[in-house]
Amino acid sequence: MKKTILILIAIVAISVSAEAQSKTSKVTFEVDGVCEMCKERIEKAATLTKGVKFATWNIQKKELYCIYNNKKTTLTKIKQAIADVGHDTKEIKATDEVYNGIDECCKYRTLETH
Amino acid sequence: MKIILKIVFILIPIMLQSQTTIKGMAMIKNSQGKTEGLPGATIYWLDTEIGTTTNDKGWFTLKYKPEYTKLVFSFVGYKTDTITINELKEIHHFMIEENGLDEIVIQAEKESTSVSYLQSANIVTINEGELLKAACCNLSESFETNPSIDVNFSDALTGTKQIRMLGLTSPYILIAQENIPSVRGASQAYGLTFTPGTWIESIQITKGAGSVVNGYESIAGQINTELRKPLNDDKLFVNAYGSLDGRLELNTHFSQKVSNKWNTSLFVHGNLRDKKMDVNDDNFLDSPLANQINVMNRWQYTDAVNGFVSFINFRYLKDDKQTGEIDFNPDTHKLTTIKYGSEINTERFDASAKLGYVFPETPYNSMGFQVAYSQHQQDSYFGLNQYDINHKSVYSNLLFNSILGSTLHKYKTGISFTHDSYDEYVNTTDFGRTENSVGGFFEYSYDNLDDFSLIAGLRLDFHNLLGTFVTPRLHIRYAPWEKGVLRASVGRGKRSANIFAENQQLFGSSRVMSILNSNGKIYGLNPEIAWNYGVSFLQGFNLLDKKGTITVDYYSTQFQNQVVVDVDESPQEALFYNLDGNSHANNLQIEFNYELATHLNLRLAYKYYDVKTDYLKGSLESPLQAKNRFFANIGYETQLNAKGGNWRFDYTFNWIGQQRLPYTASNPVQYQLAENSPSYSLMNAQIAKVFTPNFEVYVGGENLANYRQENPILASDNPFGAYFDSSIIYAPISRGMYYAGLRYTLN
Repeated sequence: MKKTILILIAIVAISVSAEAQSKTSKVTFEVDGVCEMCKERIEKAATLTKGVKFATWNIQKKELYCIYNNKKTTLTKIKQAIADVGHDTKEIKATDEVYNGIDECCKYRTLETH
Repeated sequence: MKIILKIVFILIPIMLQSQTTIKGMAMIKNSQGKTEGLPGATIYWLDTEIGTTTNDKGWFTLKYKPEYTKLVFSFVGYKTDTITINELKEIHHFMIEENGLDEIVIQAEKESTSVSYLQSANIVTINEGELLKAACCNLSESFETNPSIDVNFSDALTGTKQIRMLGLTSPYILIAQENIPSVRGASQAYGLTFTPGTWIESIQITKGAGSVVNGYESIAGQINTELRKPLNDDKLFVNAYGSLDGRLELNTHFSQKVSNKWNTSLFVHGNLRDKKMDVNDDNFLDSPLANQINVMNRWQYTDAVNGFVSFINFRYLKDDKQTGEIDFNPDTHKLTTIKYGSEINTERFDASAKLGYVFPETPYNSMGFQVAYSQHQQDSYFGLNQYDINHKSVYSNLLFNSILGSTLHKYKTGISFTHDSYDEYVNTTDFGRTENSVGGFFEYSYDNLDDFSLIAGLRLDFHNLLGTFVTPRLHIRYAPWEKGVLRASVGRGKRSANIFAENQQLFGSSRVMSILNSNGKIYGLNPEIAWNYGVSFLQGFNLLDKKGTITVDYYSTQFQNQVVVDVDESPQEALFYNLDGNSHANNLQIEFNYELATHLNLRLAYKYYDVKTDYLKGSLESPLQAKNRFFANIGYETQLNAKGGNWRFDYTFNWIGQQRLPYTASNPVQYQLAENSPSYSLMNAQIAKVFTPNFEVYVGGENLANYRQENPILASDNPFGAYFDSSIIYAPISRGMYYAGLRYTLN
């Protein structure tokens, strides 16, 4: 019985302490988009990038909060993955071809020039 | 808020730089099903001169003032819509073609019952919209428009509705309130009637094994009820209900913001039935005289910045029922053979607290702690049978959520503790006992964010009577093609059967109860153990531009041990013994949902049950379980008018096939029943008139075709004789029942 509890505590302790290690980076950067569908697309692209632990996109602020292992990936790689599904960041823009393929209500570039 | 959701099909919150204009887009679905902007549509504020048309992409910009709240969208060939604007947000509004055969599917119309394409487990969610269809009155009656749960009548004395899932009775379902197991132990028979329907925000029904997080007891599935939350509840809510058979119900909710972080709600429920009814002239009441007072006080603490949320609940319940012969008077006839009667008096107190913490920097790490205490006292007698039970229960669960490497791999782990002490007396025999258990669990889930996900859970429990045991459960979801989802699950469940509390209807008979085993630790019996296996396939489709789904479920429950309740050995006996041989419950369900026209929804279901147990007599079908059932539901809502009002219509049809009746062939001829019950059908309907989002009235009827069971009480002419039995119920006892009610909300 005691053993089980100790093992459980150990699992919790390991996963919490893992956060504290220096190889983990936490960043917030701007990603363009408009709606819930954009949110799903952006978060999916970021999360599926190898080395990314967590990604959440804020609709109001148009900001992506991302936690990743800096030994396994780079910020550029994450931004490229997001551009590949049609969303612009300051550094990397989506190609027109990809951008034109996203749903009409997600077309954030139209909103900008409007 | 509900109304906005209903009218504004897509509402996209965006902060705008300018605070004096509102931006938005009028959208349609083109013939390929893709969304596109609608150019040239007219957009204006209701009752003003301020308007504009959309540009070639469908976008518009319009002057905004806070006093403008109704925005009108119109375009030739499309329905004119008026939507409510409460705050300055970007509007994305879908326009619907008028009368066109290829009407546009409304994108985000909130469905009242939904099956998820994404969850690994087979979970059906019933939302408020669906709950409104069953106007009355408590949790046990909330499943009547849902085919996954069968609602049966348990006995002719109390008229309490019992539920079944996958062909198994409610003790095999883990019934929880906000993830704290609630209907269990002493409250098994009547517990579902102790949660008023208006308190419920939503119900999640999991078919099959379920999660290991809330314990090891579930076998057929899990039902979790979420109650209304003080933070988003209305200031005042009143619901009054009355039926022609003399049932009155009143629900009042108050909600109040106490400080920035604290909100509180008070729910007060009362019901009363004081009219004696005996339509079938058997000299017994058709439904019990009853009164209930049920009060809950909830507190919610929310500190979003620091990641804390907490709930604290207190509940007090007092429920009294009296049934039996029409002329039964408890003061003079109680426990005598002058008149047959019964009283069931329940008093219950609950207190529970939940604390959740989300690590603000790493939101995938979170912790939860739950603790609940309940005390349940039932004092009752059924003729000369006395049954008293006092059940004190403590439940506590500490849970930690995190990820392994990335949010694709998540896990939950924690420890739980339960304590149950029973003071239980059947006549003068003491069946008191104490159960303690402590356990740890680990549940891993994987989701590739596309076509595959799984949940694998394991728990290890140490129980003073059930021993040390492992509970594994696994759920897999695979989406082979668009809108098609294949699910499979397997899992083990183990529980101690509370034979008397769960089979109280048998007290309303002259059967002598005997327990045939004496080596086990619970009433001399062994724990019940079963494995549940299930596969389910869901396919969504668009036919004539209307949405629909087809679901095929097959579940099989195999008992390793079961506490067999045998009413077939003799009509004068009820036997309890450990299963010797085979016992299984197989269930096939085919369900079809389709939107026939805008706001007109159809649901059809066929269910097949094969529930067999080895009794002393040999292998028999489970008594009072229909082999075949058919279900149909049609719901229609009219378009909302400018005030947000409309009409709602709902009709439910149930066909219940033959049910095997318990053995009565050794009784004198006049007290014998057929081998099987006849098949029959039931119809319910309801009409609601919504005047404004804050006020509505409804009328409805149950059992419209007046089907009722002939002679529901065997030997009602001689209730103290050897042949009396009120437990063999396969159909309604009473004729059709009509009701009316109102709902009023103050936001």
